[in-house]
Amino acid sequence: MERKLVVSSSPHIKSPENIQSIMVDVLIALFPVALMAVFLFGFRALITMVIAMVAAMATEAIILRKGSFFGDGSAAVTGLLLAMTLPPAPPWWVVAIGAVVAIAIGKHIYGGLGNNIFNPALVGRAILFVSWGTHLSGSVWLKPVPFGFTADAVSQASPLVTHDASLGDLFIGTVSGSLGETSALALIIGAIWLFYRGHIDWRIPGGYIGIVFIFGLFAGGFSMGLYHVLAGGVLLGALFMATDMVTSPVTANGKLIFGLGCGVITMLIRLFGTMPEGVTFAILLMNGLTPLIDNMTLPKKFGEVKKSA
Amino acid sequence: MSERTFVGGIHPSYFKDYTAGIPIAPARAPSQVIIPLQQNIGAPCEAIVQVGDEVKVGQKIGEPKGFVSAPIHASVSGKVSKIEPFNHSMGTPVMAVFIENDGQDTPFEGMKPNKSLEELTAEEIKAISKEAGLVGLGGATFPTHVKLSPPPDIQIDTVIINGAECEPFLTADHRLMVERAEDVVFGLQAFMKALGATRGIIGVEDNKPDAVSSMRKAVADAGGGYNIEIQPLHTKYPQGAEKMLIKATTGREVPPGALPMAVNVVNQNTGTAIALAEAIKLGKSLYERVVTVTGPGINKPGNFVVRNGTLIRDLIEQCGGLTPDARKLILGGPMMGFAQPTDEIPAIKGTSGVLLLTEEFVKDVPIAPCIKCGKCVEVCPMNLLPNFIGSASEKNVMDLAEKYGAMDCFECGCCTFTCPAKRPLVQWIRIAKGAIAASRKK
Repeated sequence: MERKLVVSSSPHIKSPENIQSIMVDVLIALFPVALMAVFLFGFRALITMVIAMVAAMATEAIILRKGSFFGDGSAAVTGLLLAMTLPPAPPWWVVAIGAVVAIAIGKHIYGGLGNNIFNPALVGRAILFVSWGTHLSGSVWLKPVPFGFTADAVSQASPLVTHDASLGDLFIGTVSGSLGETSALALIIGAIWLFYRGHIDWRIPGGYIGIVFIFGLFAGGFSMGLYHVLAGGVLLGALFMATDMVTSPVTANGKLIFGLGCGVITMLIRLFGTMPEGVTFAILLMNGLTPLIDNMTLPKKFGEVKKSA
Repeated sequence: MSERTFVGGIHPSYFKDYTAGIPIAPARAPSQVIIPLQQNIGAPCEAIVQVGDEVKVGQKIGEPKGFVSAPIHASVSGKVSKIEPFNHSMGTPVMAVFIENDGQDTPFEGMKPNKSLEELTAEEIKAISKEAGLVGLGGATFPTHVKLSPPPDIQIDTVIINGAECEPFLTADHRLMVERAEDVVFGLQAFMKALGATRGIIGVEDNKPDAVSSMRKAVADAGGGYNIEIQPLHTKYPQGAEKMLIKATTGREVPPGALPMAVNVVNQNTGTAIALAEAIKLGKSLYERVVTVTGPGINKPGNFVVRNGTLIRDLIEQCGGLTPDARKLILGGPMMGFAQPTDEIPAIKGTSGVLLLTEEFVKDVPIAPCIKCGKCVEVCPMNLLPNFIGSASEKNVMDLAEKYGAMDCFECGCCTFTCPAKRPLVQWIRIAKGAIAASRKK
């Protein structure tokens, strides 16, 4: 036969899904969150998001020296996630530095995609928090003004400090806070897309949100439990940050343990620490434990019976 | 939708429409057959004919050299012209008997109907299956009489006929269940009798409703008082894998490293059941089998009865030849089949399908780093960690690969199919398995 045949190892068919399509799905999931941020905080929110994404993608393009600016899409996701953790309108250079740090130090120092230990967006945020904390806390929180695209900014303290926001406001998102964390509704819509596409499963968010609720329940009853779930960054963290594939466990039990651990540390910081919020450091700490958790939760092989002593 | 299934697995596109509705037809007997003397797992055969001998259809030409082996028979009548090594679908060339077809199809006198199933003893059924050269026709080609000879301390209570046919594209078993349902039931009864089993199960994926209903009818019509049930199974790959099939049909889990007999079960393929029925009823030896010739790369796909030793080239010619964009030839299905470098390869007992894939299936996609999404862990039917095994094997850290379960992998390919980073996980796992097995031998 004169025709050349391709020979390769089986399987000979592959799923159409690839890394880029997953990253695009994450961007789609973040769209309602981003839309809500613009709706609540005006165009300055959009500017923050664009700066973060462009800075992240540019950093990655420079480091990788590849032709495509969008690449596999992971830098765009990191940039957007970083923006979601920031106040609506920090100085542009704070946003840009955060994005550069997230990609360069959070990701590529370890060898790039798939090799980083810590969630890059949260690394960026953590560095900003300890370096320019005044731009990330205190009076920077803006009072949300729906449709108030050009209204003057009025500052308002975070609901985690005041503890006086209504649960309805927390659910819709008409409270002050970081760009992507205020609207539980938008976050849940986005997360449903990720569930539907099979990119996250219930164990990490379930463990995380469940344990936060239980801590709140014991701290101050049912409504306090809900308050702790809805206020601050728990939903953003549980649905979009802790579920980051690279930095969370791959085993089923490991995912649950990881989620529970994130929730416990978050609540310990909130209830007993000096900071009002603990999502960032809770997830970063658990990221560091991920390889250990994976190795301690190796699944039982098919047909394997637990060895009796 | 059937609830009977296992945990894990994937839902690929099935591509069964090419051939699912096409009745089985005899393929043209070629002017020359080239019959390899290694056609089963286990020991090869030794030629018992010589160049110049006249042979008849069904006559034994290869005698097994060990217990785990099965004899090989002539598939045409004519003269033995050569006995020399020839291409083999598993890679390296093996000794093969070349027979020039005289076109007479003279049957071998030794092929005679046996006694009725009621009169046959278990030992006689085993002997018939051995003499007929029966091997597992699902593709693994394990000699059937060995499966019918469990150690004396194990009592098999259940025989399962594998009609799942979970590999995409393949429809040979499907057509056999639709067209030859009585023989499937007869073969199952014979297996049960040979093993003293009290329960027979025929597991069929529920994407073959016509096979389910024809099998149900055949069981209802069959006499003999055998306890046989048809179980529709959830359509999911690899539903037809031995361990997954046993789990879905009986709820039993075969322990790692063990055979189905450890849970008192024997599995047999649909085609094997029919081959046993023919061996008992007609005395026919296994010199031909049903092969699905299919895929986007072939002009006229179909299901054919193919004589052992027919070159794939002849089959492709009969099916209208290749399409201009055909780029890959696979023997077996797309998940576990073997890509071939040439069509100068004889079809043998284990050839369940000839699959031609086109340009779009063979795109060279770059391998990305593992993003630890865990999707391979979710789909692995053996509950292994393919991502970690693959990465360990890639870095040549084989003890780590073993720790994560490399030796329990049966290479279904779900992980590689699913991996969004397009990592060749099964390939790395195969390398690890080879290295670990070699180091154990030391």
